[in-house]
Parts: sequence; C-alpha cells; structure tokens
Amino acid sequence: MNINTDIAKTYIFAGKKQTAVAGMGVLLGMAIYIFMNCLMLALDRSSTSVIFKNNAHIRVYKEDKMSKPLVNDSTAKYLIINPKVLPKSNTIINPNQVTETILKNKNVTVVTPQVNSSVFYNNGKSQISGIAVGVKPAEANAMYNINSTIVSGDFKSLTSNPNGIVIGVGISTKMNLVVGNNLNLTSAKGVNRTFKVVGIFRSNVRTLDDSKSYINLASAQQLQKEGALYITDITVNIKNPDDAKAVGDEISQVTGYKAESWQEANNSMVTGNKMRNIVGSLVSSLILLVAGFGIYNILNMTVSQKINDIAILKAMGFRGKDVVRIFVTQALAVGILGVIGGVLLATVLISVLQHVYVGGDIGYFPIEFDGSRFLRGIFFGLIITFFAGYFPARKAAKVDPVEIFRK
Amino acid sequence: MKSILKTQLVNKFFHDPNEFHVLKDISIEVDKGELVTLVGKSGCGKSTLLYILSTMDRDYKGDLYLDNELMTHKSIDELAAIRNEKIGFVFQFHYLLQEFSCLKNVMIPALRLGKLSPQEIEAKAYERLKTLGLADQALKNASKLSGGQQQRVAIARALINDPLIIMGDEPTGNLDSKNTAIVFEIFKDLAHNAGQTIIAVTHDEDFAQKSDRIIEMKDGMII
Ligand SMILES: Nc1ncnc2c1ncn2[C@@H]1O[C@H](COP(=O)(O)OP(=O)(O)O)[C@@H](O)[C@H]1O
Ligand SMILES: [Mg+2]
Repeated sequence: MNINTDIAKTYIFAGKKQTAVAGMGVLLGMAIYIFMNCLMLALDRSSTSVIFKNNAHIRVYKEDKMSKPLVNDSTAKYLIINPKVLPKSNTIINPNQVTETILKNKNVTVVTPQVNSSVFYNNGKSQISGIAVGVKPAEANAMYNINSTIVSGDFKSLTSNPNGIVIGVGISTKMNLVVGNNLNLTSAKGVNRTFKVVGIFRSNVRTLDDSKSYINLASAQQLQKEGALYITDITVNIKNPDDAKAVGDEISQVTGYKAESWQEANNSMVTGNKMRNIVGSLVSSLILLVAGFGIYNILNMTVSQKINDIAILKAMGFRGKDVVRIFVTQALAVGILGVIGGVLLATVLISVLQHVYVGGDIGYFPIEFDGSRFLRGIFFGLIITFFAGYFPARKAAKVDPVEIFRK
Repeated sequence: MKSILKTQLVNKFFHDPNEFHVLKDISIEVDKGELVTLVGKSGCGKSTLLYILSTMDRDYKGDLYLDNELMTHKSIDELAAIRNEKIGFVFQFHYLLQEFSCLKNVMIPALRLGKLSPQEIEAKAYERLKTLGLADQALKNASKLSGGQQQRVAIARALINDPLIIMGDEPTGNLDSKNTAIVFEIFKDLAHNAGQTIIAVTHDEDFAQKSDRIIEMKDGMII
C-alpha cells in the first residue's frame, strides 16, 4: 500500500467515531437524494399517465380564425372594428389525406381521427352531461390503452356493434347501468339516439369516469348530423412523448392545421410538475451538499489536529500533492462508504414503499427504481465528497513546516 | 575533506511586524563526517539559519549548496525530494505520528523514498531501532514511550534513508543529562564511523564543547 493511503487509513481508524458520523451523513443524504428523485420520476409518470388516458400526444385540429378588419390602413385613426370568430366550420378538410401526411413523420406511431360531441346521457328521468368520443376502436385502444381500464364488458365489442357504447364507471353507477342495458344520448345538435352499453371503464380519473364515453366514429358523426368526412380532431401518438412540441410543429407545418402538444393542452399540470421537480431537485441536492459539509468539517478538524504531523511529513520530503492525497483519500473513503450505504438504504426504502397501497387515484405508492437516478446520485455524492475533502486537503498542503516548528 | 554544506553571503529579513535583518552575510562550510554545533544567545537567529540550511525556508538572499549542488531557486517539490533523500531532522519536540507504531514512524521517510521494498524497509527500521536500544519498543505506539525513548525513535527516523546530513534544532533540549549523553554518543558515532554530517543547534555547553566544531552566532552574524 502506498504510504499516503496508509497514513490516510490510519487517520480514519484513529477517528472512528468522527468518520462514522460523517459517513452516516453521506449515507442519509445519499438515500434521501435517490429516494426523492425516484419519487419525482414516478410522480411525473403517474401524472402523465393520467393525462395520456384522455389525451393523445398531439391533437391536430382546425383553429378558430378571427375576422380581420376590413380596412388595412394604419393611418385611419378612428376605425371601429369588432373581431369575431369566423363562422366557418371547424372540420378538417380531407382527413384521410391529412392522416397520410402525418403518418409520413418518422416519430409518429398512431394516428386516428376523432369526433367529440357534447351529449346528455338520458336514462329515465336522470340526465348527465358529458362527452361522447367517436373513435375507431382498435386505433383508439392503441392510443389510450382503454382495454386495460375496462372493468366490465369488452372494449373490442364496439367494433362489431355500431350502436355500442363504452361508458365511464361513474356514469354506470349514477344511472344504474350494467353491460347490456340501453342508454339514450341527446347531442347538442338535437339528435337523439339509443346505444347499447357494451363496456364500462374505470380510468381512476374522477372527471373522466363521470362523463366520458366511447362510441363508433360513424355514430358520433350522426350525432352531429354530419357525414363520413366530418372529423374534428386527428389525434397522434409519437415514440417519445417529450418530443410532442417539436413533432407537433412539424405536423403543423406540413398540414396547415393547429397541432397542439399534450404539454400545451395540460399546461397547468405540466407547470405544476415542473415546479415540483425544481423544488425536489433543489432540496435533494442541498441535502447531499449538507452531507458534504459534514465531511468538510471533520476533515478540517483533522487537519488542525494533525498540523504537527503535516509539518514533519513535509520536512521529511512529502510534497504538497502527497498531503492532498492523504486527506482526499480519507474524504473519499468516507464518501464511498456513505454512498454504498445510501444506495442500499434507498433500495430498501423503494422496494418496501413500492408495495404500500395508498389508494385513491394513485393506487400503489408512486416510486420506481431508476438506474439513471441512482447513477446521478452516486456521481453527485462522490463529486461532493471529493470537494469536501479537497478544500481542507489543500489547506493542509499549504502548511509551512517552518511556521509550525517555530512554535 | 569533502564539503557537504556551504552558504555564501546568506541574508534574511523578516518584514512582519517590523523590517528586521535577522541573518547577516552568513558564509559557512561544513565537511563530510563533521559534528558541528551551532550556539548563541536565544533569538540570535540559530533556528532561522537552520531552516534555511534545511531547504525548508526558501525566502533568503545568497546561495546555499548541498552536496555541491545549488539549492537556491529550486522548486518546492524538488527540494522536498532532496530533503527526503539527503537530510534527516531531529527537533526539540519529537514530532512522531501518535497513531503509528515506533517501527512505522521510522519507516515513513523510506516508504516515501520508495527505493527499497516495504519488507527491506521494515528490516532496516528495526535494525536502526535496535542500535538505539529500542528493539523491544518497536511495535508500541509512539505515544506510549518516554520522552527520551521518543527522541531516540525520532533519531532513528532521521537515519532511515542514510542521509548525508542530520540537522537538529536543540535535539537534546527536552532530555535529562543521561539521555543527552546517549544522544551525543549516537551523533558522534554517526559522524565519525558512518561518515554522516551532523549540524545541531544547542544550548548545552557540555554538548557543544565535545563536538568537532562550534559555530557561534550573535545578532544574526557568525563570530
Ligand atoms: N516569523 C517571524 N517573524 C518575525 N520575526 C521572527 C520570526 N521568527 C523569528 N523571528 C525573530 O528572529 C529572531 C531569530 O529567531 P530564531 O532564529 O528563532 O532564534 P534562535 O533560534 O537563535 O533562538 C528572533 O528575534 C525572533 O524574534
Ligand atoms: Mg531556536
């Protein structure tokens, strides 16, 4: 063993208690850091998964246009204008061609047309307002994974049943409906039609379960008194949801329609997540930093206590960098032990909490193992310990032995 | 005789708190195998001179030669390597590393030098301790020894790399007359039989009288 390492080791064992305290600090800091970051990741995933139960990654639709002033003359000072939404139809013209165009984008995985219509669900005297979404069942399932949320009946039956409807569990309880019952819908256009309940879903998102239903695209078009070319939305899923904005812009470019990313559509939720992540990252990093201060403190103390040793070592020919190594080695040894302990503790915490059922919309405690968060924690932990050791070590390396011997 | 240590017109100033000319035109020469003592009233600059001779203090004017090599202007790391190989130190206080055994303390400079294997170094360190009558103390912690024993361990440590020069700043300052006599005998033997050079600052009249040569200082000058 190198003599610098040897001396470092002896100092560590000589101050077992201090070393243990500093190591404990790193251990806890490390565990909290990893735990919090894995928690934030899981919270993000669970909140986006709620979003994706109801939202495609990108929604392509025709944006409302405002009327332009009739006179385009900036010198006319007293022109009175009153811009209004142009009373054009908000359908997508030639939806099949638009779909083809979108499918050419390499990032796109699923493209499916959709017709949303506000409806009243009527059953006897009770009436609930909600949204009936007209979809192509197979594609819609690929997009929202509706099948996995079905609690009764079957989503696929929609394909073979033009009059079928799949309703949220909230509607089913409020209206006392089971699979096989009939349900009457009235659209905003005044169309009345009776559907047969073929499935009931539970998304665990209250507002959806209480108001949403899926019907066939053709039925939705009929509710709107429109033909087969009437499409209000084309929904798009892509490989990586985080790219939705960029891909949306591309789609908007080539189709000329507004392509809204899920982040834009759920702005408040996305900003909320962002805030939570900023605060979480900040707090967890600061905790790790505080653990670093523990090492810094103890090393500073060791340097002061061992100032005579440092002086004689330098007199006997140890260079500044040897002294730096002696103390940085101590810091790293404590740091590495703390990091290993912290990783173990975080692993235990996460595996236990993963199996804790908290109920509600959330289900199991939202936390998951994520290698990159672990690695980032280890990396930061070691970097912080290194610097926590380096500054006292540099101070030690600058000790002038003559000054010490004069005392 | 071969010159081992030489200074030419060394001058040193302290600037803090006041400008103070502490060493004035020091020119001395010490030969191989000499046991030289440096004496003078307290505050006359003996320690200051010794720190310059030892290469630890680089802040002076004039030239310093060690083993006919100019030390002035060498870098800190170069000087550290030279000290490690060519100079042994003994101070009034022993400066042993408390957490280490005596044996390990003696081994440290040799481990730093790295010319021998750890096993050879251990054997050599043990040999040195034995000559100094400390064989039975070798594995004890340095803090467990008496003052006289600790000083002898420090001497063993100064000797481990077979340095050209051993420098002592009042090496017997904390010892009783019996231990002082032991240390003097060790030094004399090293100088006369092993051909090593000893430069020791001392206040001990008797110790100085028995040495080969006395260099006396007064107010920063050699007289
Ligand atoms: N760092 C310093 N700054 C200013 N003056 C110093 C310093 N170190 C020593 N001195 C002064 O230099 C003189 C010589 O000190 P020193 O070499 O220790 O004397 P000696 O070892 O002969 O007793 C003394 O007057 C002392 O007060
Ligand atoms: Mg002195």
